[in-house]
Amino acid sequence: MSHFETGIIDPLYLRENGFLPSEERQRKGPVAVIECIQEIPCNPCVGACQFDAIHMEGINGIPHVDFAKCTGCMSCLKVCPGLAIFIQDRSRATPSVIVPYEYLPLPTKGGTVTLLGRDGAVLGTGTVRFVLAADKVSKSSLVSVEFDDPALCEQVRNIRVG
Amino acid sequence: MWQKKGRSLYCNRTEEICVGEVKTVEDNRIATHPILAWSRGAPVYVTYDGQQIPAYPQETVAMALYASGVKQYSTSSRFYHPRGMFCAIGKCSSCMMRVDGIPNTRTCVLQVRDGMEVETQHGDGRFPDGQAPMGGVAEKDAEVLVIGGGPAGLEAALWAARSGARVTLLDQNLQLGGQLIKQTHKFFGSAKENAGTRGITIAKQLVQEVAAIPAIEVYQGFTAFGWYQGAVCAADQQRAVLFHPRKVIVATGAAEKMLMFKNNDLPGVFGAGAAQTLMNVYGIKPGNRVLMVGAGNVGLIVSYQLMQAGIEMAAVIEGAPKVGGYLVHAGKIARNGVHIMTRHTVLEAVGSNHVEAAIIAEVDDGWQPIPGTEERIACDTICLSAGLKPSTELLEQAKVGLAYTGELGGWVAKRNWTMRTSNPDLFAAGDASGVEEASTAMMEGKIAGLQAAYDLGHTDVPLEEQKETRRNLDDLRAGPFGAKICTGLKCVEVLE
Repeated sequence: MSHFETGIIDPLYLRENGFLPSEERQRKGPVAVIECIQEIPCNPCVGACQFDAIHMEGINGIPHVDFAKCTGCMSCLKVCPGLAIFIQDRSRATPSVIVPYEYLPLPTKGGTVTLLGRDGAVLGTGTVRFVLAADKVSKSSLVSVEFDDPALCEQVRNIRVG
Repeated sequence: MWQKKGRSLYCNRTEEICVGEVKTVEDNRIATHPILAWSRGAPVYVTYDGQQIPAYPQETVAMALYASGVKQYSTSSRFYHPRGMFCAIGKCSSCMMRVDGIPNTRTCVLQVRDGMEVETQHGDGRFPDGQAPMGGVAEKDAEVLVIGGGPAGLEAALWAARSGARVTLLDQNLQLGGQLIKQTHKFFGSAKENAGTRGITIAKQLVQEVAAIPAIEVYQGFTAFGWYQGAVCAADQQRAVLFHPRKVIVATGAAEKMLMFKNNDLPGVFGAGAAQTLMNVYGIKPGNRVLMVGAGNVGLIVSYQLMQAGIEMAAVIEGAPKVGGYLVHAGKIARNGVHIMTRHTVLEAVGSNHVEAAIIAEVDDGWQPIPGTEERIACDTICLSAGLKPSTELLEQAKVGLAYTGELGGWVAKRNWTMRTSNPDLFAAGDASGVEEASTAMMEGKIAGLQAAYDLGHTDVPLEEQKETRRNLDDLRAGPFGAKICTGLKCVEVLE
């Protein structure tokens, strides 16, 4: 079934269409992955990027990340209304992913959380590296989780606390 | 069986009418929320069918009752079915009760007061026992009368006033902001036009701006209900005012559509927007387990917000073969384990006085249920997000040219690009002029407000900015999701 039938984006589609950074790039440092594959009228991510790393043709264009320019600074994560941006990082000993998180309770640093995929399936457990609690304006918290299996970087898109 | 004519105005049914009894007063209010906080203050008490129910001063009657576990507000006129709420924003008649002796009161837009007496309304409303408290009709002149204090109306009022016009703004709800006050998600659109900001934040900003302009006079809690040869009559519970405006901007929004299925009038079946009003405006849980019908943006966004409020989603079903809303919205709920079932429809709501389950089934290419695919889904709430219908009642009374435009939600006013209808003194903006987005409603309101001021002869009107706003609006609609809107606009944007 296609993602239009299920709402779940096929990772193969992301890979084949250049939405995912190479393994080599992920080893160099944190990098943003924008899973926004539809032409919708929305552009805050482009303006939020201080490194000119997000490109879009017109307001209805699809955002493309220039992985060479992206520093993984998380500015785009905070503004994306679709909560469709994630940071993948394989540069450190333990691989990690940063996900936007708008539920209660918030996880705590060092705590164990359940790792969930794009379809909500349980992928295992991870340790919370840090939590950037929501600021008054954005109110989206960002949670960084680390885990052992580097292959999970491309799969972890949500967490469950407890 | 047909009843004889000449029966009494009030309930003439001889068999006992069953009303869902409130055995224990529940408290379905939400304590903590990731985005919202409520300062409720000290409770007041209202009497509901003789029983004391606690309520908070900022709540409406329908919301306070719902928070206490009351799901039935009336019994229907013909078949004496239990009726709950449906729209929760004053658009439908589903929550009408007898309040302090006055029947047919829309309890979803009526603020609670200590000692208020609320009764379930059985059948047609019985005429009030005492004299109606209306004290005649006052008359007022208005330069620009804006009807509706949502995103379109607020922008219209702001820009007309900034251009030198005196504005009278009518709004039938307890607070200004229209449906923005329950949009906890960040808006899409252009970064120039508030994208990335939550709807609730935009509402707060607009309301503050309106409050800062003395040339805007707000009539809160006023429903505009009648067009009398260019005059508009509006009333709240206490008084009626007949406004004599020079220009009118109708920004009355839209109402949620009902779907046809068995028992669709059972309490617990209501619009997705009603669920949003309950949980995001008043902090009240709409249910414990919800089935969402419709996977357009409203259905997807409200499903996500239900989960943020700690409510379990049974599933999201959608008749079409594809998710209608943005995939990013679908992704948010899918990664929380919610099953989105395309090619599925609801056949029946199950329950005696309240929803206990739903029967759903797969549909074929012709949208017909496939026998043998029926499935029972346990849920206590069925939320419908089957689209919206523009609220054009006043425009119809004023007899402006309308065109049926399915792409825009139904009958909408013909107009030119400045939102001026076939009556040169009457404008329409926002969802009332065609169902779209809050961001586009704001831009339409701005364009209409500026034009009304210009037509009145004000010289401070930034016409370049009006044109720029229209260009931005066209840009937003240029993508595939705007194609339908553009098709609809071709039918109605026909005036010079």
